[in-house]
Amino acid sequence: MATAVPVDLERENYLNAGYGIKSWLLTRDHKRIALLYLLTITFFFFIGGFFALLIRLELLTPAGDLVQSDTYNKLFTMHGMVMIFFFLIPGVPAVLGNFLIPIMIGAKDLAFPRLNLLSWYLFVAGGLLMFYTILAGGVDTGWTFYTPLSTEFAKTNVITAALGVFVAGFASILTGLNFIVTIHRMRAPGMTWNRLPLFVWSHYATSIIQVLGTPVVAITIVLVALERLFHLGVFNPALGGDPLLFQHLFWFYSHPAVYIMILPGMGIVSEIVCCFSRKRIFGYKAMALAVLGIAVIGFLVWAHHMFVAGISLYAALVFSLLSYFVAVPSAIKVFNWTATMYKGSITYQTPMLYAFAFIGLFTIGGLTGLFLACLGIDVHVTDTYFVVAHFHYVMVGGMVVAYLAGMHFWWPKISGRMYPEAWGKLAALIVFIGFNLTFFPQFLLGYMGMPRRYHAYPPEFQILNVLSTAGATVLAVGYLLPMVYFLWSMRYGPPAPPNPWNAAGLEWMIPSPPPTSNFEEQPVVTWEAYNYDELGEIPQKQEVPVAH
Amino acid sequence: MPTSPVAAVSGHENDHAHDNPALLHHFATESQQKNAASLGMWLFLAQEVMFFGGMFCAYLIYRYKYFADFGSASQQLDIKLGAINTVVLICSSLTVVLGVRAAQLGKRMALVFWLLATIVLGFVFLGIKADEYAEKFEKHHVPGASFSYHELLPSQEKLPPEDRQYANPHHAEMYFSLYFAMTGMHAVHMIIGVVLFAYLAWMAWRGRYGPHYYTPVENAGLYWHFVDIVWIYLFPLLYLIDRHR
Amino acid sequence: MTDQPVPTAATAQDNSPHEHISSVGSSVAIWLALLAFTGLTVGAAFVELGPLNTVAALVIATCKAILVVLFFMHVKYTHEKLTGLVIVSAIFFLFILLSLSMADYATRLWR
Repeated sequence: MATAVPVDLERENYLNAGYGIKSWLLTRDHKRIALLYLLTITFFFFIGGFFALLIRLELLTPAGDLVQSDTYNKLFTMHGMVMIFFFLIPGVPAVLGNFLIPIMIGAKDLAFPRLNLLSWYLFVAGGLLMFYTILAGGVDTGWTFYTPLSTEFAKTNVITAALGVFVAGFASILTGLNFIVTIHRMRAPGMTWNRLPLFVWSHYATSIIQVLGTPVVAITIVLVALERLFHLGVFNPALGGDPLLFQHLFWFYSHPAVYIMILPGMGIVSEIVCCFSRKRIFGYKAMALAVLGIAVIGFLVWAHHMFVAGISLYAALVFSLLSYFVAVPSAIKVFNWTATMYKGSITYQTPMLYAFAFIGLFTIGGLTGLFLACLGIDVHVTDTYFVVAHFHYVMVGGMVVAYLAGMHFWWPKISGRMYPEAWGKLAALIVFIGFNLTFFPQFLLGYMGMPRRYHAYPPEFQILNVLSTAGATVLAVGYLLPMVYFLWSMRYGPPAPPNPWNAAGLEWMIPSPPPTSNFEEQPVVTWEAYNYDELGEIPQKQEVPVAH
Repeated sequence: MPTSPVAAVSGHENDHAHDNPALLHHFATESQQKNAASLGMWLFLAQEVMFFGGMFCAYLIYRYKYFADFGSASQQLDIKLGAINTVVLICSSLTVVLGVRAAQLGKRMALVFWLLATIVLGFVFLGIKADEYAEKFEKHHVPGASFSYHELLPSQEKLPPEDRQYANPHHAEMYFSLYFAMTGMHAVHMIIGVVLFAYLAWMAWRGRYGPHYYTPVENAGLYWHFVDIVWIYLFPLLYLIDRHR
Repeated sequence: MTDQPVPTAATAQDNSPHEHISSVGSSVAIWLALLAFTGLTVGAAFVELGPLNTVAALVIATCKAILVVLFFMHVKYTHEKLTGLVIVSAIFFLFILLSLSMADYATRLWR
């Protein structure tokens, strides 16, 4: 049993500045709030993952024999709602964004620290509503709440689930608002827009989507709740309403929402690729403009989720064309990461392994999105496992992988400890194998015609489903490992120096973990971003001498 | 060389700025704090534009689909009350502007007066709205189980009785659903505004605001003007369809 | 996005431009203009203009909104270009929501 490594207890940092539950629950420190979010989203990740495991268990056999179809509807609904609204959307912005953005721009805190804390409480309130919904029997409408099922015919807890999403949505809006104001108003002297880390640029673009997109789904949810309570008819065809109106309003947010999910991850990958190639990013301006472009164009494509729902052919053509456009800035980013690595001095620490995985898996996910944007193909593969595989490639192979990459990269800064590198590499490998084993067969299943959201399927699809479930188990192991060794490292990990990766960026110039006010004196920035030509190599040993 | 501690400015010069009790510790200067608060409020209003925008989108689409029925339903509203309410809100925007001016000039009692005037006008608006809602309730025009609608389409009364066409009750109910949703949401925002101004009036009476610090008054004013603008669009769209017939 | 990084207190003497203070006269003038537009929109509703009725109503409402934004909300007097960008962005994305949704509804019967 390793002995606990004493850290320098004399030095005040944000973790030991004040003990007791009140100092955490009433904190205004963005770093503590980030950790509060980390706890809550990890909790929801477990819940969403639990539903995923049940889904995959059911799909081991062709017959619907583990659960009834109504129950299965609840399983995929709760899996989607919890993962999307309570893990992926808050995920990186609320944890890594909250922690790092003020430090990266040289500020003491976000612009509105109390609003930041309020965001967390709103998120918890929404989460409690969702948790209550689960305990009360769940919802079975799909995470997409389509009408008139959700407004008229569903006998499950639609309103509490909708309320949970509504409240959590406002947490998202306020976080985005806080970030935009912070990035505009709180930058240190010399930190010009052209010197901002791309992590900050990504969160800026994400915040624009959060502020402008989320209110639309918020009001849509209000209308769904009112319709359900008072039998209004706004979305009910029997009363002159149009179910497609709901879908337009819903997807107006929910498509840009996927960019809320992915853009922060792209920011993480930019930071990591530069550090572990020891090179500045290729095409800084293009990368910054690309995230803005993704955010803006992402608002123009929502009805590609509705191609076969009954929209007009001409609308379908317009949205198909616009959907092709949105792939361009994403592709530019992939090219630029690759160009950054070219002739770089590459090393393969855990964050970089995850970054590699992101680039490959996001590319596959993104390209299959283009298949879906093509009307002719979409008619065949929509509502099949092809779509399921596509979005899991971008959301899990892309976003969750990027989240893990960021957690490993900044863990020394956040916790003041190094995680065990060998275990990190092993977990990354297990995640990569498990992920592909889970989701690649689903492309084939979808192409062959297996519908999504069905708990039973023709027997010829079984072998691929078994492979997928096997992959899910491996993936689960891959996710559990970091939870174990991160926790282990908090007590037994070697103390981290301020800059274990010899990385560029203001966050690496302050101690690990940082003091509450981040900087002793306000920094004045006189260098460009990613100044790796001045920094040299990554040190081999990333430990500090043990203090006595 | 960036690996060494960053070039820093001595922190002592900040002490003087932090003599102002209204300046929070994480801001360097008062103007930074004010600009941050202002930008934050404008972003919140941008969010509100999209929030109401969803309902305007629903309204636009159904008005396009069911124009005649919407015209019939719109004529059930009292245009006089709607116009009076519009005037009331415009007056309340004026009182807000005069209140901000009073704060900028350090006139405490004038500020309190204009804030209270805004609250009074807000109550007038809500009172008239409540009266309109009550009337709709009596005529069974509130969507839901007790909804019933048997009115003519616009300008049908010019035709002989046997040729007159009635509005489709389902489509009329759609109009009223959106009417109550949009004006109801607007009223909720007004109530929040009134509560906000009540708090500000109390703080103003205690002397909290003056030329050195009036940001909350200004930002609450921005919120109130936004709520006014929403009504500026709601009034013609809801009350003034096909009135010429 | 041209706002400068924040100067430290050492370099700035809080040189922010003075806030504009509206005069009573100009505020009253805008108020009267808003009332006049209100009267106009009510009156125009009783005149047969065909599809232009809706257009007129929206144009008048937009004029009123512009007056409130520019003068009552002080946007005309602010030195901050970012405010204008925020307003334009909100209007732009609202416009996208309305127009692209209508692109579906308006073309449903085309064949």
